[in-house]
Amino acid sequence: MPADIFAKRRNDRLLFFGALAALTAGSIFITNYDPVAGFTSIGKAFVWGASNFYPNARALTKLPDIALKLRDTILMSVAATTVAAIFALMLAMVGSRTTRINAVFGAIARAIASVLRNIPLVAWAMILMLAFSQSQLTGFLALFFGSLGFLTRAFIETIDEVSIHAVEALQATGASHTSIILQAVLPSSLPQMISWLLFMIDTNIRDATLVGLLTGTGVGFSFDVYYKSFHFHEASLVVLMIVITIICIEMMSNYIRRIIL
Amino acid sequence: MTQISQLPGAPLLEVSHVMKNYDGTRPALDDISFSIGKGEFVAVIGPSGAGKSTLLRCINRMIDVSDGEVRFEGVSVSQLNRRDLKKVRSKIGMIFQHYNLVERLTVIENVLHGRLGSKSTLSGALGRYSRDEKRQAMELISMLGLAEHVYQRCDRLSGGQKQRVGIARALVQDPKVILCDEPIASLDPNASKVIMEQLKRFSNEMHISLIVNLHQVDVALRYSDRILGVNKGRIVFDGRPSELSPERIAEIYGTELSAPRVRYAS
Ligand SMILES: Nc1ncnc2c1ncn2[C@@H]1O[C@H](COP(=O)(O)OP(=O)(O)O)[C@@H](O)[C@H]1O
Ligand SMILES: [Mg+2]
Repeated sequence: MPADIFAKRRNDRLLFFGALAALTAGSIFITNYDPVAGFTSIGKAFVWGASNFYPNARALTKLPDIALKLRDTILMSVAATTVAAIFALMLAMVGSRTTRINAVFGAIARAIASVLRNIPLVAWAMILMLAFSQSQLTGFLALFFGSLGFLTRAFIETIDEVSIHAVEALQATGASHTSIILQAVLPSSLPQMISWLLFMIDTNIRDATLVGLLTGTGVGFSFDVYYKSFHFHEASLVVLMIVITIICIEMMSNYIRRIIL
Repeated sequence: MTQISQLPGAPLLEVSHVMKNYDGTRPALDDISFSIGKGEFVAVIGPSGAGKSTLLRCINRMIDVSDGEVRFEGVSVSQLNRRDLKKVRSKIGMIFQHYNLVERLTVIENVLHGRLGSKSTLSGALGRYSRDEKRQAMELISMLGLAEHVYQRCDRLSGGQKQRVGIARALVQDPKVILCDEPIASLDPNASKVIMEQLKRFSNEMHISLIVNLHQVDVALRYSDRILGVNKGRIVFDGRPSELSPERIAEIYGTELSAPRVRYAS
């Protein structure tokens, strides 16, 4: 018998890698992609980047403009995330097994979160562009809906994980639902929730740049404009500033996390 | 089954013909009946899965019974509306194996949680406690030997200290009964001894009835006035510790190999 299991494992593995190889070959064939040329061009890209893609003196004169756009992008991300967090907290209270009042509402809340979470950010931006065209609001709402789904899920898991035992104890003392939430659930889960919020702000600042390309706003749009008009030095300055910002934000949120957790 | 009445007063708690079916296969509780008087210290023993935790939670209706009745101070607990149920629960303390504290809050904050059931929703929600409540909490904390940890966060305490916070939280309710679900199962022998002795002391001094789920038969023998043996959801023994012979213990634990060896109290 054990010998059969080993043989079956080996066959399964062969089948899996065979299928993967066929899929890869098929994709390359259909799209006329030349993998050899693809890899050799990476080297050329580096050479080109080193000779064109760095900020020069002229690019530095654009620094204030770019900084302003970057500030817009950051503020929009922070606003979208914090507003989403407030709604996520309410949705999580309804959806969590520990704090829900009613199983049906709980299921509805979790279903909403699940649907929101499973629509990719870029799809949100495209859908919302139909309604609000290219605008700051479109970017804001795309980040808001994406974050709402993710944060609701994260908050529900946090509540269920860290407060279920204390909630049981307070229910047994006859405490009211509001008391339980304010005295047990929030004190236990708030630090973890803030940690999720910081993570989401971090992610959203990265994604906001990409969404800006689509919605024509913020620092993503600056990049698009400079790049398409062959102002590569300016475009590289945009990239550099984004990278520095993201590193700073990440360091800041790590610092806050160390303090609160 | 021996049904004895050594009650030092009218029954405080009456459990009659309680059934609990979680999913319709085998009932977790099967026709459980007993009553408990004021100040009694009752140990509930039995193999794991026997229904001890379920039984305890049916008393304060953390779990709804499928059939039968629980009467507390003459009031049928299953008939109560939400508000009256909270009132009953505020007179019943509960202590847990995993302490069930809000670990990030301080000792005093956790102890004061025991008052929430007796407060208005608003002052409870805002965590506003009267001077009297704070003084009472402080006294209990000192009595339990935690005076120097009053303002310490509970996640900094040892298991034994956490359980003492749990006891203080139950006592500050000024309860008639305390339900203890395996209060010493996560503790080392020394901490277990301290906890059991403190429970015994408060039961005596404050005339609080205790129902304590235990899996150590020797602990039950040493501290309790009365032992309930539960097996497969049924009470198979109800008597004084002195009546619990090795044969009865074997009966309670079935023919399981995992039946604990008994060290008689020295
Ligand atoms: N929430 C639940 N849902 C379904 N079955 C449960 C639940 N809780 C306990 N049970 C079952 O009820 C029986 C008694 O469990 P429990 O009261 O926890 O026993 P004990 O505390 O004596 O170990 C067990 O068979 C257990 O699997
Ligand atoms: Mg149990």
